[in-house]
Amino acid sequence: MKLTNLLQIAIRALQRNKLRALLTMLGIIIGVAAVIAMVAIGQGSKQSIQAQLSSMGSNMITVRPYSNVTVGGGARLDQSGLQTLTLNDIKAIQSESKFINEVSPAVSARGQVINGNKNWPTQIMGVSPDYLKIRDWSLKEGVSFNNENIAAAAKVCLVGQTIVNNLFNPGEDPVGKIIRFNKIPFTIIGVLSAKGENAFGSDQDDIILAPYTTVQQRILAIPYIQNIYAASTSESTTDSAVAELTNILRKSHKLKPSDDDDFLIRTMSELINTFSSTSQLLTVLLTAIAAISLVIGGIGIMNIMYVSVTERTKEIGLRMSIGARGIDILMQFLIEAIVISIIGGIIGVLLGIGASQLISIFLKWPTLISVSSIVISFAVCGITGIFFGYYPAVKASRLDPIEALHYE
Amino acid sequence: MTKKILDIQNLKREFKMGEEIVRALKGISFSVDEGEFITIMGASGSGKTTLLNILGCLDKPTEGVYLLDGVNIGKLSRNELAKIRNEKIGFVFQSYNLLPRTSAIENVELPLLYNPAVSKSEREKRALVSLEAVKLSDRKDHLPNQMSGGQQQRVAIARALINHPVMILADEATGNLDTKTSYEIMALIQELNQQGKTIVFVTHEPDIASFSSRTITLRDGRIIRDARNENIRSAKKALAELPVSEEIEG
Repeated sequence: MKLTNLLQIAIRALQRNKLRALLTMLGIIIGVAAVIAMVAIGQGSKQSIQAQLSSMGSNMITVRPYSNVTVGGGARLDQSGLQTLTLNDIKAIQSESKFINEVSPAVSARGQVINGNKNWPTQIMGVSPDYLKIRDWSLKEGVSFNNENIAAAAKVCLVGQTIVNNLFNPGEDPVGKIIRFNKIPFTIIGVLSAKGENAFGSDQDDIILAPYTTVQQRILAIPYIQNIYAASTSESTTDSAVAELTNILRKSHKLKPSDDDDFLIRTMSELINTFSSTSQLLTVLLTAIAAISLVIGGIGIMNIMYVSVTERTKEIGLRMSIGARGIDILMQFLIEAIVISIIGGIIGVLLGIGASQLISIFLKWPTLISVSSIVISFAVCGITGIFFGYYPAVKASRLDPIEALHYE
Repeated sequence: MTKKILDIQNLKREFKMGEEIVRALKGISFSVDEGEFITIMGASGSGKTTLLNILGCLDKPTEGVYLLDGVNIGKLSRNELAKIRNEKIGFVFQSYNLLPRTSAIENVELPLLYNPAVSKSEREKRALVSLEAVKLSDRKDHLPNQMSGGQQQRVAIARALINHPVMILADEATGNLDTKTSYEIMALIQELNQQGKTIVFVTHEPDIASFSSRTITLRDGRIIRDARNENIRSAKKALAELPVSEEIEG
């Protein structure tokens, strides 16, 4: 038996009953479209969360002071009152660490920034030039400050896009202009590229970056530092870097083994993992729901194929009497089931892609159509067709030609 | 010497119905030469249908020998039987058994779809030749429900002819048709017989049997009469002699 003949037989049989074939497909169409759309929503949200977190610097490590002792009546001190992190820690990290590429101290203050008749409340953050690398932040124009600026506690700064928007007229070039932060004049030497809001909704561009020495000495008048930002050599070495950092800081702070850490280390990967696993769960749940509808679609095929075998008993008898073998009948019904599920699959994929596009256009949800979900749902379709078409097909092939011929 | 198409010796067929054994055929022997037109007659329960099923290779005898075109049918598997049906037998049924919503030519092509040796172009060519043989080539794209009973049966005969069978096996092929149309079909079958086709026609109507060259009559699973018909009626003449008032079809 030639496969082309079998295909022709099956397709002609389907053509004789287009409406029923279409109704049978409906289950598969909805199932596949649901899988594609659901996975697209899940993947889309996952990707957008990851992109947001990465924009904050995905291998960034943050260190802040932490009260390890209780004072007075058992109250713990707020971190702003803690002065445990120092520039010595930075030096120790720079000289001893293997897994940390860049490290920057950080001190920050809030205040009013003024340019001419415009003003804006914002935050100034004192950092080292490495901070931009840690945050994976580039300059839109101008240059960054250098180590000489740090040594001189120079009154230079980089401004975020929000500052530019609020202090300057559109089209005005901020580089080279002087602005005042809490009455101290700073020369703008560069403009940071826009980062947008972070995952928690705060505006990352509403910031002024200056040499940490300048902020320490000229604004806050403090010798210690408030935070340490560091970047591990890669995302995968973050855990090793955290362990290493803990050791270096404990040594540098001369903590006894029985003492708790007087600092707290946070990494972005924790956040990324939390968000990813949440959206992963979402994807799994959505996919499960969609897969169930695919199975129901398959059962629909089985149901119709069964009815079809019974209804077409006489046709099967005729085919057998003119020379169809059992295997020919089996293949015919199997191919019918597969053709139904594959055509249903194709329509479903198109519908699923369309639905994802509509969702992202009208609901503004990020969607990402993954090739793997298309391939998988196609494969599942084929398997569904074989699996649910097989039993009715076997039933058809085992009919006795004499009985089938005289079936009414 | 003419070739024997059918050679049947002491054919028996028994069915088990629970505890009981029903003997449908109790030892039948006859042979049919190439080019014969025989009718098999008998009342219901005579074993006629059982014999037909065996002749059509849909069923196998319990005992005895059945040679079709020299092939011993009793020894074949299910799949080999299907191949024999496909290549050596042309079935014509009482209820036509055309596929619904399928054009005449596609219905005629059907047996060749199960024969991998025949190409698509040859299939189409042979289907047209077959339809011409039953004088329906102008209706090749008509669907069964657009044709009269007689036309549908002619499509079925074209389907039976397409595989160049050694025998056309007709089962009450005129049972659903009025007298005039029956005669038209019989005229066609006589014509095919004159072209050399071997025809086995199962019927219970003596009127139909009178068009054949030989009649075998069954009763209770045995042959009670096997007689050559000395006075074969011409279906064409019978058609011409029909009263005009009976002409229902246009």
